Amino acid sequence: MTDFLPPFLLFFAGALLLPLLPRAARNILILLVPALAFVLIAFMEPGQSWNYRMFGFDLTLLRVDKLSKVFGYVYVINAFCCFLFAQHLKKADEHFAALVYIGASLGAVFAGDLISLYLFWEVMAVFSTFLILARRTERSRSSAYRYILMHLFGGLVLLAGILLQIHDTGSVAFDGFAVQTPATWLILIGFLVNAAAPPFSAWLSDAYPEATVTGGVIMTAYTTKTAVYTLLRGFPGWEILMVVGCVMAIYGIIYAILENDMRRILAYSIINQVGFMVCGAGIGTAMAINGAAAHAFCHILYKALLWMSAGAVLYMTGKSKCTDLGGLYKTMPWTMAFGTVGALAISSFPAFSGYTSKPMIMAAGVSEGFFWVWLILEIASAGVFLHAGIKFPYFVFFAKDNGLRPGEPPKHMLAAMAVLAFLCIFLGVYPQPLYDILPYGVDFQAYKLDSTLNQLQLLMFSALAFFLLLPMLKRTQTISLDSDFLYRLGGRQLFRVCRWAFDGLNEHANRLFAQQLPGLLARFFANPGGNIQKHCMRLWDEASGISDGQAQREKKIERRSRSGAHPTGVGVLLAVMLLVIVSLLLSFK
Amino acid sequence: MKEKKVHDWFDHPQNIRKLRIGFYIVLLLLVLPDFFLHKHTYFSAVEGWPGFFALFGFISCVVIIIVSKLLGYLLKRKEDYYD
Repeated sequence: MTDFLPPFLLFFAGALLLPLLPRAARNILILLVPALAFVLIAFMEPGQSWNYRMFGFDLTLLRVDKLSKVFGYVYVINAFCCFLFAQHLKKADEHFAALVYIGASLGAVFAGDLISLYLFWEVMAVFSTFLILARRTERSRSSAYRYILMHLFGGLVLLAGILLQIHDTGSVAFDGFAVQTPATWLILIGFLVNAAAPPFSAWLSDAYPEATVTGGVIMTAYTTKTAVYTLLRGFPGWEILMVVGCVMAIYGIIYAILENDMRRILAYSIINQVGFMVCGAGIGTAMAINGAAAHAFCHILYKALLWMSAGAVLYMTGKSKCTDLGGLYKTMPWTMAFGTVGALAISSFPAFSGYTSKPMIMAAGVSEGFFWVWLILEIASAGVFLHAGIKFPYFVFFAKDNGLRPGEPPKHMLAAMAVLAFLCIFLGVYPQPLYDILPYGVDFQAYKLDSTLNQLQLLMFSALAFFLLLPMLKRTQTISLDSDFLYRLGGRQLFRVCRWAFDGLNEHANRLFAQQLPGLLARFFANPGGNIQKHCMRLWDEASGISDGQAQREKKIERRSRSGAHPTGVGVLLAVMLLVIVSLLLSFK
Repeated sequence: MKEKKVHDWFDHPQNIRKLRIGFYIVLLLLVLPDFFLHKHTYFSAVEGWPGFFALFGFISCVVIIIVSKLLGYLLKRKEDYYD
């Protein structure tokens, strides 16, 4: 036992306390919890740990090192801003789910072994689902259903990997995996499901846009970035991750360009940005890990800012499709300004936070001589500006005026956005505090005349391409097929096939056993003795060729059996024959 | 009731024109220093050509937009597709 508290306990305790408090106290509590957790993390020294014993293993509930602390810091800073943004909620349910969800993700990044990690992993999946369900629409319900199924699938793959790993090595340690075995591959796939790597990516763009206004903001930070953390911790230098990262970066852009729903555009751009971080894990050098961790830090903040501005628009207008929006700068100038700061930060525009983190990953790739990685990430960088940097603010706040005249969102929402916008600019101008908390010493200078100029050229000419090709980017009232197509339509087809097969079988069985057979048996047992005689007689007649007088004899049998008047002689004969057969059988034994 | 303030700066064509001219000037100013600057390159001397990154960004985006547009014909469905 040590003299400090794991930060996740603070969140869980806060969640348990929440339902007992009145609304005003709840609103203070949800701000107090992340603030306290921040202090707690600041005082945790690298090297500290908290061990316990469960399932016959020595588990490490808390492992403090610089990598886990970076994620810990940004999780609680973001939690504070998100809860500030969510002050308007009257009910406690969303706050409750959010506190447990964020607490579990803190638990996951500080977990020192695979079993603890897995437990937090599943808690995250379950409680984030409530943030989707809380929207209380038919769409959100079915989306939440697909979301939890996908995460349970990923969790099971992870669990299978962990069990195999324990079986192979006898250890539950969660450090860098060196050898490629079925166990480590299963763990990797489990992590990649949560990182939203194609083809397991559709859950993200399916579920996040269906979440509540505040739930969407909160969810963007934790699930995917916890997965990034686990990849940085467990799989640094696995080259396959460079391929996966590059695919994610490009995939996110293309789908974001096709998309009409503003929150879905932002959801696809999460996949694009996480692609950069996964690439960083694949490169795996100290600089790449630094870059990916720094980028995760900045990304969480500007992404929350973007989702808040989109959330504010949704909250005020009730609409989220680009075709319904437009011209909102007229009455929501502050929301527009904050959203634009987030858009510039995600595009890694110089002077905004993305610019001091993302180029570090690319520089790490360059110094390892990975030409293709560099090329694809440069293309993706240009594409980010296209879809998130310009497209999102342009179609929501400018473009065609659809006559919507909402006011600015409530003050606490603006305040939350202001804090995040400040952080985005602060980290863009003065990244040193962030560089100081990174896992390794930082040898990287973001602002150099030639590289900054290159970046500005890249971005501004991307903007030129956007405005020149604007007619090709016209929004349409459509959705795009993604890999969820497989389980959404595939699931329906499976259901149809099952219904056809099993319902058919059922109906057949019903006809046979419920309708025909009982009638048959009932008719037979109404007069069992007579019926046996009749059937025997018919058989005898057919065999011997007698055909006349049948009806007469049947009537006779019926009459006899009704009155119970069978000739005694026949009965005695039959009984004697039975006795003979039985005694013969017994004597042969 | 307080009247909501409505900004309409972008509704006026002359403002858009100003914006466009300013944008082109910025683009020009960004490429101009390339002719006087010696740039550090990573993989090939091509990166050091004046305006390389401008062209790179522009072409990347054009390609991305065209590819998306083409994929759009394949992937786009009506909104009630799954309902």
